[in-house]
Amino acid sequence: MSEEKIYLYPIWVRIWHWLNAISFLALVLSGISMQYASSGFSIIPFELSVTMHNITGIAVTFLTLIFIIVNRFTDNGFYYNMTTKTLATRLFNQSKYYLYGKFKGEKPPYPISMKRKFNPLQRLAYVVVMYIFMPLLIISGIGLFFPEIIPAKVFAMNGILLTAVLHVIMGFLCSLFLVVHLYLCTMGSSVGALFKGMITGYHQ
Amino acid sequence: MKNQPIIGIFLAIYVFTGFMCFAQEAADTLELPASALENESCLHCHGEAKFDMYNSDSSMVLKKHMYKVIDRDLFYNPLSVHREFSCTDCHSSEFKEFPHPLEGRFETPLVCMDCHEGDDAFAKFNFEGIAQEYGASIHHTELGDEFNCWSCHNPHGYILHARSDDNIKDIITYNNNVCLSCHSNVDKFELLTDRELIDIIGNHQWLPNQKVHFENVRCIDCHSKTSDTTLVAHQIQPKDKAVKNCVECHSQNSHLMASLYKFQTIEARSKIGFMNAVILNESYVIGANRNVFLNRASIIIFILTLLGIAVHAIIRMVIK
Repeated sequence: MSEEKIYLYPIWVRIWHWLNAISFLALVLSGISMQYASSGFSIIPFELSVTMHNITGIAVTFLTLIFIIVNRFTDNGFYYNMTTKTLATRLFNQSKYYLYGKFKGEKPPYPISMKRKFNPLQRLAYVVVMYIFMPLLIISGIGLFFPEIIPAKVFAMNGILLTAVLHVIMGFLCSLFLVVHLYLCTMGSSVGALFKGMITGYHQ
Repeated sequence: MKNQPIIGIFLAIYVFTGFMCFAQEAADTLELPASALENESCLHCHGEAKFDMYNSDSSMVLKKHMYKVIDRDLFYNPLSVHREFSCTDCHSSEFKEFPHPLEGRFETPLVCMDCHEGDDAFAKFNFEGIAQEYGASIHHTELGDEFNCWSCHNPHGYILHARSDDNIKDIITYNNNVCLSCHSNVDKFELLTDRELIDIIGNHQWLPNQKVHFENVRCIDCHSKTSDTTLVAHQIQPKDKAVKNCVECHSQNSHLMASLYKFQTIEARSKIGFMNAVILNESYVIGANRNVFLNRASIIIFILTLLGIAVHAIIRMVIK
């Protein structure tokens, strides 16, 4: 692996990333607190969870909007462009590296460079999370924030219930992404290298 | 004749429509109880918004507003529990005289327990339990005999609401209108107390999504003490004892299961994949509705993910 440092994460990306990380972590904790609220033990008191979830939910909504708008109008969007051509092969190669090649000391099949910020698995995961899961999470969240805008019945089922179930499923998938994301971030040149990179801006 | 078939079709439609109108009219005509004819001598005046009274001194006919109008449609509604009654079953027979004797104004009205106490036919309603709860209710302790069953329940058209699988929203609207008939009506409120009318909206500012709460729960769900023996709680609590802790409703052991959804809870204990499934009939309560399948699936997926990460991390450490 190259020891060369690449300035991959400009300051706005780093600020956006950490704001998003803190807000999303607060959303996960307050969301779990509300979903599993009980009169006995709770991670965070219910009232505080509601306030926390509302404030950080609005923050993440704006952060996601900023992300989509900036990617649409700047070069940063390039990293998220995906083609389906040979996608299966690329995903297979990257998975094989994570599950096998890494242990055999093989070189990464798609090394990170200024032109390739993400490996194929990363790129697919980020696109699915940021352009599918997050918008669905945000739209259903807005519905629950203003429950009066949700139709009372959707296909003979309670509209708020359907919205809530969608919100919980999307929230769960995004939380799962967070766990996997954190683990894969330990797989840089050293365990802490990629975390450090998101602070200094340099990928090593 | 060329037009004969067309005329025939129109004629058939005309006859059919006429028949349907007749059938509908017959269905709309309410079958009245035997007492209705006798009652009409009272409802002739008491069923109208105004009545005529002849003043023998001035030889004038005076038009007056009726204080409490008995709504015939409501009273004779097929679901109205007292629809078979004659007026004089409950009111003094002296009222048959007209003009009514002045003493009639001071008639002590019957209350529920005067007829229903100790009656096995009404055992399932537990009137004794209701009376006991009402005795401890702030309405009784603060207002005494000024307040009685009829302050909330209209005997002239009372319908059982809570004991049905009907739309919960209707039950909520009916119940909350009972409270608001005094608590948002200064004329009725000041008859009972010298206090200023309660600012319901202002006093509930602390409640998040106030409109949604007002539309989806009854006042009594937070303001009364539930018990196992009565279906609808009648012990209205002082305001400082009202439910104010969110998790009392927003949790798996939701308080609403013992109040608003009590009848449905008793009738249908089956699970359809959701905990507190009966709430789902009408509403979604954060924290109270949890999908059993989603819960299990999420836990399994989460554990598998952690296991996968743990195995991968261990192999990394061993090979390193």
